[in-house]
Amino acid sequence: MSLSRRSFLRNSRNALIGTLAFSNGAIALLAPSKVWSMPLDSLSKAEGETILELTRHIFPHDSLEDAVYAFVVRDLDKAASADPGVASLLRDGVKDLNQRAGGDWAGLNNTKQFSHVQAIAGSGFFEKIRSTAVVSLYNNELAFAHFGYEGPAGDGGYLYSGFNDLEWLPEPPLADSGVLPA
Amino acid sequence: MSLTNNQKTFSKDDDSVVVVIGSGAGGGTLANGLAQQGFKTVVLEAGALHTTADFLADEWASFGQLAWLDPRTTSGSFRLAKDFAGLPAWIVKAVGGTTIHWAGASLRFQPHEFKALSTYGKVPDANLLDWPIDYDELAPYYAKAEDRMGVTRTNDIGGLPGNNNFKVMHAGAEKLGYSCNTGHMAINSQPRDGRLACQQRGFCFQGCRFGAKWSTLYTELPEGIATGNMELRPESHVLKIEHNDEGRVTAVIYADKDGNQHRQKARVVAVAGNSIETPRLLLNSASNRFKNGLANSSGQVGRNYMRHMTGSVYATFDKPVHMYRGTTMAGIISDESGHDPSRGFVGGYEMETLSLGLPFMAAFLNPGAWGREFTNAMDQYENMAGMWLVGEDMPRESNRITLNDAVKDAYGMPVANVHYDDHPNDVAMREHAFERGEAIYNAVGALETIRTPPYPSTHNIGSCRMSEKAEDGVCNSVGQTHDIPNLFISDGSQFTTSAAENPTLTIVSLALRQADRLGKMLKEGAV
Repeated sequence: MSLSRRSFLRNSRNALIGTLAFSNGAIALLAPSKVWSMPLDSLSKAEGETILELTRHIFPHDSLEDAVYAFVVRDLDKAASADPGVASLLRDGVKDLNQRAGGDWAGLNNTKQFSHVQAIAGSGFFEKIRSTAVVSLYNNELAFAHFGYEGPAGDGGYLYSGFNDLEWLPEPPLADSGVLPA
Repeated sequence: MSLTNNQKTFSKDDDSVVVVIGSGAGGGTLANGLAQQGFKTVVLEAGALHTTADFLADEWASFGQLAWLDPRTTSGSFRLAKDFAGLPAWIVKAVGGTTIHWAGASLRFQPHEFKALSTYGKVPDANLLDWPIDYDELAPYYAKAEDRMGVTRTNDIGGLPGNNNFKVMHAGAEKLGYSCNTGHMAINSQPRDGRLACQQRGFCFQGCRFGAKWSTLYTELPEGIATGNMELRPESHVLKIEHNDEGRVTAVIYADKDGNQHRQKARVVAVAGNSIETPRLLLNSASNRFKNGLANSSGQVGRNYMRHMTGSVYATFDKPVHMYRGTTMAGIISDESGHDPSRGFVGGYEMETLSLGLPFMAAFLNPGAWGREFTNAMDQYENMAGMWLVGEDMPRESNRITLNDAVKDAYGMPVANVHYDDHPNDVAMREHAFERGEAIYNAVGALETIRTPPYPSTHNIGSCRMSEKAEDGVCNSVGQTHDIPNLFISDGSQFTTSAAENPTLTIVSLALRQADRLGKMLKEGAV
């Protein structure tokens, strides 16, 4: 569970690659393999890794796999490919973060990293990442599995699969509720 | 396109048709009501036709499919102007309008709510007024609407079975001495009227795939088309209403899906575009004769825009809830909906369960937030219960829809600006409601409670209100505008005040009554 789990494999120039940190989590059950990769078109691998790390500070879920945070990087990379303005916002933002950190923000310890994140909160760069992440991070099936949301699996209805399976509170009287459809 | 495949069509030069703008709760119901009486009716709907099979179990994708995303702007001190500056309302642009998205709560207004000014007295900085109709006048139409819509706990229709989110609310309510049940919902608890029973899918906001929840899409509109008297034209966005030298409306100009403009002549025009688009259309139809827009001699078009006092309380527990399973609005507490000024505000509010899927929970829990407090709450999503607080907000002249000439839509028309400041009464009520909501969850062992600010408005009301006197509002008790006898307002824009309850049942009831009255006028040649 330590932060050192983020050992990106170093054999690709234009992809984020990692390994799942939790071998028995909900995501591991879904994933076809422990190793994951996310190709990048516009951002460099180093920029992608920095943005992933930064996103972990903005929306810190300690037990959520990097593989899910990588969706945020993917969507930012797509936006950068479509819009040069976004590309330079992200590139300059990463550069600025590294400058603030004396060269290598990602190399700092967690506490020092966070102090620089606080300093850039509200900036255009920060807001671009935050507003993308608040959608991308929570809108994928790996996140659904992690947080306990069934998403499109509910499309058929929960009438016979648990819509009223809560048992730790008293059962409401029938008069206040209703019977199942015939 | 099966809905419109074999429908009767009418000539654009046919000036004997009634044109209804909008196909939601107001427009769809009125159009069917007229068609049933044999009147030729053309429904112009800005949005596209989707069928129940198109509906998505995916919050963001569905939002992209159904929501009204044409540009709008906001101003004022309400938090939405900051959180969602371009999205003041979460309503639908599709055939069926917001009856696709609504949660189904169908509560009658209380008798005193039709007499807000008389009951509450003058409230500083509010523009309260009594409705020009009372509860008894509307009661038969409420009864008719409940039957048509299949509202549970009316007409011997049983309540819906409660889901997990309901169980949490119910247990908390018991501890506090509140009464709580699964509500009056226009969702089939048993198969009825050719529609299935609720399968507890939980995507009520994304359109009911089973058709269990009432929507004009698969009730009023096909019924109206089946009479042979009604034509529905989807993707027909009305830009302007025209009038003649006598000051009577004669035609509407609309753009089709390719942007080509058409003129449909009309004997009567009924506007039901929801409380933002309806006043916008009247204002955009300004002419030499009506320089301030149609039906606006009072200056009240666009004013008294209301959106309900709203807020949500989410609570986390040490055990799973899975609140997203089953009907979104699964339980209602009405004990705080009365008028009791000892609480520090006039009017009242309802507490109604609500759930959001994980994607929308992230978007709406605390817009703009980041860091541990936010993620700690999200981490407990599975163990979360939630409720929505909805109450009467004060009409104010300064809360209004205006044209923003600086921003144009795809057709070059000025977009609507929505200005809203919370009234001190709204603020006091919200605080009370937050506290009671938290108390309900704390009574059953909540680990943490979270106050969530208002979402983009699904309840958009007022803005063309009905009034006894012409100088106080835009239309009379039938929705007929004071200034132009053959121009009608047919949606929630008519509401004189907001009352505490969800508006759809009252919109439908008013539309049923308007269909009766307008039918009589058409027969007698009065319009």
